Amino acid sequence: MDQIIYLDNAATTKTSPSVLEAMLPYFSENYGNASSIYSIGAKSKEAITKSRETIAATIGAQPNEIYFTAGGTESDNWAIKAAAEAYGAKGRHIITSKIEHHAVLHTCQYLEKQGFEVSYIDVDENGILKLDQLEKAIRPDTILISVMFANNEIGTIQPVREIGQLAKKHGILFHTDAVQAYGQLPINVDELNIDMMSSSGHKICGPKGIGFLYIRKGVKIRSFIHGGAQERKRRAGTENVPGIVGYAKAAEEAVSTMAERTAGEIRLRDYLIERILKEIPYTRLNGDRTNRLPNNTNFSFQFIEGESLLIMLDMEGICASSGSACTSGSLDPSHVLLAIGLPHEIAHGSLRLTLSAETTKEEIDYVVEKTKAIVERLRSMSPLYEDFVKKYV
Amino acid sequence: MYSEKVMDHFQNPRNVGEIENASGVGTVGNAKCGDIMRIYLDIDDAGVIRDVKFKTFGCGAAVATSSMATELVKGKTVQEALQVTNKAVMEALDGLPPVKVHCSLLAEEAIHAALWDYAEKNGITIEGLEKPKSDIHEGEEEEEEVY
Repeated sequence: MDQIIYLDNAATTKTSPSVLEAMLPYFSENYGNASSIYSIGAKSKEAITKSRETIAATIGAQPNEIYFTAGGTESDNWAIKAAAEAYGAKGRHIITSKIEHHAVLHTCQYLEKQGFEVSYIDVDENGILKLDQLEKAIRPDTILISVMFANNEIGTIQPVREIGQLAKKHGILFHTDAVQAYGQLPINVDELNIDMMSSSGHKICGPKGIGFLYIRKGVKIRSFIHGGAQERKRRAGTENVPGIVGYAKAAEEAVSTMAERTAGEIRLRDYLIERILKEIPYTRLNGDRTNRLPNNTNFSFQFIEGESLLIMLDMEGICASSGSACTSGSLDPSHVLLAIGLPHEIAHGSLRLTLSAETTKEEIDYVVEKTKAIVERLRSMSPLYEDFVKKYV
Repeated sequence: MYSEKVMDHFQNPRNVGEIENASGVGTVGNAKCGDIMRIYLDIDDAGVIRDVKFKTFGCGAAVATSSMATELVKGKTVQEALQVTNKAVMEALDGLPPVKVHCSLLAEEAIHAALWDYAEKNGITIEGLEKPKSDIHEGEEEEEEVY
């Protein structure tokens, strides 16, 4: 196969042609600084205003509650550090989960060094947050609960509504990292009692380097990046106008096509899961079978290691990712796979395949056939498999 | 990330398999860290390694270093095989990324473990061979994380 089969859409997505088209004029003729008063500056400002309205409408927010950032990581950092700073006098306790993205986890660990206390709540074997443990962890000095909307590795969707209700009941701020969920799942910040929400453009066929933080009106979050008066003085720096315009276009498309698009993805996702589990022995699905992102699959193949699998898939033109240590840059495999209770050796053999609207059944069939052959080949080289066969088969 | 030689030895690993009634077998590494290597040696009465096979659970570098290590000891005497260091394996592969250097250490250790097994089975001492560590990460300090 000459073309690549891209099944790593949780890592990033292909910028949609209409998004690119919408962005181009803001590089060429409409390059003005939105803070300038002449007409091309005003055009930029107008584009930002319109984009903000578009994005606000997708989550049931007001335009002045949307703050553009450089991406999901910045949004997470801002929400958590600024909440800690603003509400630190009220209390110094934060609650999060064990399976957050590192943008949240490492920010929390940083705050621990600054004297904050953080409770990391467990998840069950499918990766769903233990709500009873969360409720028990709430203290009078808890100022923030930060739990992701859906997990980036195993796709599990969290009980966001229940978490929002708990936070509201106890008067605690609720932040959610919705980088994976936004555009894939319907989100209404009022219905779900979300006070702050992070999102990123390049996960929804928009450009890289742009994200937003939703901050509910009344939440006293101060500036994170100091400088000019952009973003209502809360996030300084000349606006990334092409990025913002492209982001709004991508958001509009993602939300307006959501029902039909995700229904198709779910059909293909389930077909992929069914075939892999049926046709490759000693394999498990990581994450909840149904309560997961429409485009996410995550498998563990016993007796083999993920990086080897990824290189061999790449040689067949297939782009995927793994939670093995070799791909995480440390000795430990993914913290998410360990948190759902997988032993290290099974976590090392994980494979994440994340679909897009463009993924076809033919591609899935090709990927299943190649994965089957590669897993078989790697197992034939594995001393763990040799021991297993000698003992049990 | 990997040199052409590493990719070649990963894609076309030499000497994969098992040897029945091997003169020596060594298994090192652990599943926790994500790499396990097992080396089988067939050694004749003159102390020459007639055949060698391996099985490896691990990343691309783990497979490639195992493959190269088996190539480097094949046809050598036990004493010569003992001189095959992780550095020699790395050089033969045109280098490894820094995070993968431990794979070459594991390959060296796997050879030593198989030689140790051979020596024990035959009640002999191989000069210069120390009892291999089963896990090369033993005593290794984890990099301090910075926030």
